[in-house]
Amino acid sequence: MQKYSVFSLIKNAFSNHQNWKVAWKDPTPKSEYDVVIIGGGGHGLATAYYLAKEHNIRNVAIIEKGWIGGGNVGRNTTIIRSNFMYDANARFNEFGMDLWRNLSQELNFNVMFSPRGIINLAHSDAQMNAYARRGNSMRLNGIDAKLLDRDEVKKLIPMADFSDEVRFPIFGGLMQPSAGTARHDAVAWGYARQADDMGVDIIQHCEVTGFDVVNGKIKGIRTSRGDIKAKKVGLCVAGSTNILAEKLNMTLPIETHVLQACVSEPVKPLLDGVVTFGAGHFYISQSDKGEMVMGGDLDGYNSYAQRGNLPTIQHVLTGGLALFPFLSRLKMLRTWGGIMDMSMDGSPIIDKTHIEGLYLNCGWCYGGFKSTPVSGWTFAHTIAQDQVHELNSELRLNRFSTGHLLDEKGLGTKTWIG
Amino acid sequence: MLYIKCPYCGLRAQKEFSYGGDATVKRPNINEEVSNEDWDNFVYMRKSPRGKHIELWQHIAGCRQWIKVQRDTATHEIFQTAKVTEEIR
Repeated sequence: MQKYSVFSLIKNAFSNHQNWKVAWKDPTPKSEYDVVIIGGGGHGLATAYYLAKEHNIRNVAIIEKGWIGGGNVGRNTTIIRSNFMYDANARFNEFGMDLWRNLSQELNFNVMFSPRGIINLAHSDAQMNAYARRGNSMRLNGIDAKLLDRDEVKKLIPMADFSDEVRFPIFGGLMQPSAGTARHDAVAWGYARQADDMGVDIIQHCEVTGFDVVNGKIKGIRTSRGDIKAKKVGLCVAGSTNILAEKLNMTLPIETHVLQACVSEPVKPLLDGVVTFGAGHFYISQSDKGEMVMGGDLDGYNSYAQRGNLPTIQHVLTGGLALFPFLSRLKMLRTWGGIMDMSMDGSPIIDKTHIEGLYLNCGWCYGGFKSTPVSGWTFAHTIAQDQVHELNSELRLNRFSTGHLLDEKGLGTKTWIG
Repeated sequence: MLYIKCPYCGLRAQKEFSYGGDATVKRPNINEEVSNEDWDNFVYMRKSPRGKHIELWQHIAGCRQWIKVQRDTATHEIFQTAKVTEEIR
C-alpha cells in the first residue's frame, strides 16, 4: 500500500497528482467468505478492519447496497465523547476514546480528530446536581469531567445569551475536555483503505435480498450480485436493521426514525468545542470550514426517508436561538436527514443471535459515530471468538427481556413521551 | 410538512399532532396469565416496516382525540386516517 506522508504528497505533486493509486479496489464477489459483514458504513468497515488486524481473519467481505460512507457515517454531526454515567456505557466509550486518539496514526489517514471539549449546559440547580453526579461517575471510570459554574461557562462561550431576560438562564455546565469532533468521511475512507490492504473485499452496489439459514445455522446470503456462502455473517446496517431482520423472521427492540441536522454558511472561528443546550434538544459545533453544525430532535415518527420535515428543524433552531441569538443572522446552507436505529432504552446492541453464526450490531440511536472504532473492535471480537467481549457484555439483545436496561438518559424511540 | 386528515376536524398540519407509535401492537389481556415473552413483545419489540405503517397520532392541538393513520415510512405519503376505534384495511 502506498503510504501517505508529506513526502508522498511532494513526490506526487511533481506528476500533477496523476499517479496516486486507488485507495481500495472494486472486486467481484467471491463465492465464499469466512465472514461477511453487511453494511459498508463506519461500523462495518471498522469491524472488517479489526477482524483482519486483531484476529487475523482476512477472508472477509463487506457488502454495501449503496457506496461506502454514503449512509450515517457521512450524515452525522461528527461529535466524539464518552460523557456517560453508567459503567457499561462509560467503559465502552472510553475504550473508544483511546482508539480515537491514535486513529490517524494507526490508519495512516488524517481523521482530523480534534479534542476541543464538549459542554452540556445546565439551566437549573437540579440540573447542576445531576451533572455533578454524572461528572463524579465519569471520573470514577477514569474519564475527565469538569463542573463549570456560570462564569466559567461565560469565559468559554461568551456569545451565548447571558442576559437577564432569558427564559432558561445558564447556571453552569458539565464539560468533558477530551471530547471533540473528527472528519467523518475520513474515518470511513481510512478504515476502508486499511481493510482493503489486508485482503478485505469491499463490495459496493450489492443489495442483500435474503439469507440462507439451515437448521438454525447461517450458511450464506443472497444478494443482487449472486449467492455468497459465509461461515459467519455480521449485520451492521443501522437504520436498515429492521428490513433485514424481517427477512430473518426476527423482531427487534428497534424502531427506525429520521434525524435531521443542518449547517449554516461558514463564518470565522467562533465556537471552540461542542455545546449542548440543557433546556431543549439542541447541539452545536463549528466545523473546520467554519460552518455551524447543528442538530437536535428526531422528527418523531417511524421513517426510512433519509429526509425530514421543516417543523422539526424550526423547533430545534428555536432552541438554538434561545441559546445563541447570533444564529438568527446566519443563512442556513443545507439540511439533511439520516435514518436511526432507535433502540428502546437508547443504548446499542452488539451481540450474537439465536441463529448460529449470525451477529448483530445495531441500536445506535443519536450517537453511532463516536462509537465507530470501539463498535468495530468489540463486534470483531464477538464475531471472531463467537462470544461477547467484556466491553459489550451489557450491550446484549436479551437485556430487554431480563430487565437489565441501559437507559442512560431515558432516551429511546418514544420521544413523544419526553 | 405532513398534512393529516383528522376524522373529526379535517385536514390539519403535522404541528397540531403528536405521534403515538405502531397502532397494531396489542396489549396482553391482563385478566389472564401473561408470559414474560408476551410483555416483552408488547413493550419493546417492533416490526418498524419500510412501507405502509398503521400508527397512532393524537390531535393534541386540536380535538385531542387519538386517531389511526396509515402512512408510508419510505415516502411519508398518507393513505388513510380513521378513528381509533375503526379498522384500517
